[in-house]
Amino acid sequence: MVEITLDVNHSSYKVGVEDHWTLLDVLRDSLGFTGAKKGCDHGECGACTVLIDGTAMQSCLVLAVQAQGKAIVTIEGLARDGRMDALQTAFHEVGAIQCGFCTPGMIITARALLGRNSDPTEDEIKEAMSGNLCRCTGYVKIVEAVQRGAAAGKTGAGTTGATNADS
Amino acid sequence: MKREYVNIGGRLPRVDGMVKAAGEAMYTGDLSLPGMLHGKLLRSPHPHARLLKVDTAPALTLEGVRAVITGEDTLKFLAGGIASPGNEPYLAFEKVRFVGDAVAAVAAVDEETAERALALIDVEYELLDPVLDPFAAMAPGSPLVHDDAPGNISFETDLSFGNAQRAFATCDYVRYDEFKTAPIRHGFIEPHAALASWDTSGRLTFWGSKQSPYFTYRNMAKALDIPMSKVRIMQSYLGGGFGGKNEMFNLDFCAALLSMKTRRPVRIVVSQEEVLYAYRQRHPAWIKLQSGFMKDGTLVAVDAEIVAEGGAYKGIGALSLYLMCTFLALPYRVANLRAKGCRVYTNTQPSCAMRGHGVPQVRYAAEVQLDMAARELGLDPLEIRLKNAIQSGDTTGNGFEITSCGLSETLLEARGIVERWRGETPADSEPHLKRGIGVASYGYLSGPRMAGHNTSAALIKVHEDGRVGLVTGSTDCGQGSDTVLSQIAAEVLGIHLDDVQYGGMDSEIVPLDPGVFGSRVTFITGNAVKWAAEDVRAQLAGVAAGLLDAEPDDLEFRDRRVFVRDEPDRGLPFAKLVKSAQYSGTGMTILGRGYWAPEDIDLPRFDTGMGNQSGAYSFGTQVAEVEVDTETGRVKVLRLAVSHDCGQPINEMLVEGQLEGSSIGGIGHTFTETIQRRRGQTMNASFLEYRMPTALDACPVEVTHTDTVDEMGPFGAKESGEGVQVAVMPALVSAVHDAVGVWFKEVPITPEVVVEALGRGAEAAQNADARRGADARRDSRDDGRSRDGESA
Ligand code: FES
Ligand code: FES
Repeated sequence: MVEITLDVNHSSYKVGVEDHWTLLDVLRDSLGFTGAKKGCDHGECGACTVLIDGTAMQSCLVLAVQAQGKAIVTIEGLARDGRMDALQTAFHEVGAIQCGFCTPGMIITARALLGRNSDPTEDEIKEAMSGNLCRCTGYVKIVEAVQRGAAAGKTGAGTTGATNADS
Repeated sequence: MKREYVNIGGRLPRVDGMVKAAGEAMYTGDLSLPGMLHGKLLRSPHPHARLLKVDTAPALTLEGVRAVITGEDTLKFLAGGIASPGNEPYLAFEKVRFVGDAVAAVAAVDEETAERALALIDVEYELLDPVLDPFAAMAPGSPLVHDDAPGNISFETDLSFGNAQRAFATCDYVRYDEFKTAPIRHGFIEPHAALASWDTSGRLTFWGSKQSPYFTYRNMAKALDIPMSKVRIMQSYLGGGFGGKNEMFNLDFCAALLSMKTRRPVRIVVSQEEVLYAYRQRHPAWIKLQSGFMKDGTLVAVDAEIVAEGGAYKGIGALSLYLMCTFLALPYRVANLRAKGCRVYTNTQPSCAMRGHGVPQVRYAAEVQLDMAARELGLDPLEIRLKNAIQSGDTTGNGFEITSCGLSETLLEARGIVERWRGETPADSEPHLKRGIGVASYGYLSGPRMAGHNTSAALIKVHEDGRVGLVTGSTDCGQGSDTVLSQIAAEVLGIHLDDVQYGGMDSEIVPLDPGVFGSRVTFITGNAVKWAAEDVRAQLAGVAAGLLDAEPDDLEFRDRRVFVRDEPDRGLPFAKLVKSAQYSGTGMTILGRGYWAPEDIDLPRFDTGMGNQSGAYSFGTQVAEVEVDTETGRVKVLRLAVSHDCGQPINEMLVEGQLEGSSIGGIGHTFTETIQRRRGQTMNASFLEYRMPTALDACPVEVTHTDTVDEMGPFGAKESGEGVQVAVMPALVSAVHDAVGVWFKEVPITPEVVVEALGRGAEAAQNADARRGADARRDSRDDGRSRDGESA
């Protein structure tokens, strides 16, 4: 067990981890950020997606020790100053949420997309979201929500937790 | 005609949307309790074997292991069973019957220790010949999955009305085809999870990921032999179900028994891989179908033989098979029907309900065959459907009473859509890209009516500030029922949706309710909520009548006020009325109570298919446009449309979401999804290998509703969300035929299948195929035989 420091949702946490523990498990089990969901634990569903230095990453594929010194944002950290992110509101308003299990990963992935491309086309949205599975919605309203979130971003209605990291 | 409502019919965002968007919604796997242990299940690696020894002692010596249980530690309760007792142990004893059958369970201080302990359990198996194919299973001399099921027959349905055989002789045209559907999975992203906490008083508190918490409540009490009053079932948010989280499963039982043994809370969250190989699937079906028509397209007779692979256990398979047979009687009029179904045990994972429950399989066959017949008869696919469409007021030969039906309206709507699309569709841009359009229709039930307890119930508590709390035993697995039920309560009480707080499931207080299956919640629980709200309204109207010096019947509840009808000024705010009732005199406790199930229904018989299955039936027509790449065999779904009769939609946006999700799911079922097994072992137990649709497969879905109101439904509503999945496969298959001229009688139609079929070009051989099949089965007249044989 080693003690590491993680920067999660704009606060820093000291936490003891084993070398092989994933960031997802540490976020969920040690730090209580259960908004990051465990759907498959193998990088196949996207439910565990978090922002790492602004890039959307599947936290079940990242070791906790690798995440030291990086800014990690989970769904719980997206709202700022009590204000929901424009994407969160958009997902809610257009009906892009059903069971909601995929939702945190979807919103985080979309947030990273908008961080590097503030005005994505429909195809770019679908491409960016294609690693996030949703069995409930059929994605139609999810794409619509991302479009609405992008539009809100342009009018300054959104808060962006993401930077232009990987593009 | 539809009426104007305040809280009904609009596009209201769901009541749990923001909590889910914020990441605050807790699913069972997110919950933990102080001192909680982690459980894991040991599963059989063999499809069929006798258990000779399960030695847990080595596992118990591992540090951190707190308990290990096997079938011998249980009371050997057998789960499942409709129409006859169940046969599925929560932990195997004597035998294992599929790869994934649970043999033992461990509770340890953490998951890693539990995992290591599993490897230390010493199990000795005597391997038995597995039965891996339903036809081999029925053959004489086949090994038996269950000793008391000769021929491995799990259940049989034999539905007959009119006289199909005789009627075929009067037909102008008869055709026979064989269809096959694949085993597929529900595909929810949240794996099964259970958290159980046992205390010294003998009380068990359980949180699960269950569509029907009361099934778990009942089975838990029986399997542990404890009083129901000692079982408290709570329900967290639910990450999708689609039929696959209906039953109580081994992890639920093991979490409880391990907690009982260790006196610690125990949580078990299975891996997605386990979900995919060790839990449930949709019944794969082999369907032999013969239909007879008159020249003008009138459907005269249908004869079907259905074999459904049930897997290792009975579960609720009798209902599945019954639905497969009886939904040959909907959505078209047919006077002569024979449907013989056989559910067969094999050594594979058990089959159960999945979105559409048995109906997608048979309607795929029947709708595709109807299209084939239409083409042979020179009729338009929409015309042949309009000609035969069932109508309001009809009763099917087996007793389904159709009280409201907008099927013809949906077909007319679809005709407009097809015409528009044909006009918009450009000529094939590249020679290897072929476009096509297909249609298919469906009917579905609004909640099954079965023997036994089937009543939904609701409670409404009125708070002194004029807000209300609502609970029912129906859970929201994503379909939006918490919202729909809250809307119904708000509408009756004349308050706003915001004023209603939907409370979670807690069996301590929430009345008995079968839960979520068969599209029953809006229709049945919705009515119970309406009753509960009317109960509250009547209590409050009594008080208001005194305060306003009016008759209770003359009062109107609207916009958070109560007033004398046509005299809006003679009234008072709802909250004030509540306070007056609660504060004056001895003080009233305003609790509304409602329960409801359709009455006077001729209960269905699963063995004969006779009886009325539901209080109402939904209808609709699906239109699909595809583009087939004849070089790669890839099919791209360009757009879909659904014209839907769900009665009065309670919430347009949620209905749309149901239709979109159902439709896009159907794309996966048609083109990519199938469980692959080798010697009983699942080869694609991961989301990577089992290909469900992603955002890249999504396409626009146009949605329209018919102007139908169901008299029995709450505010005129019927089911939505399952029915539409019934028609997706056939609409897509027919669109592919329209594009490339090939019929596919087996799904999924993977690119390899398409390329092979196009390459084959052996029309003659297939024609011969179709004729041979017809000759073999038919003893009716010789002319008018199937000639449309190009198929795959
Ligand atoms: S849990 Fe990480 S991708 Fe599925
Ligand atoms: S909303 Fe249920 S998986 Fe996406």
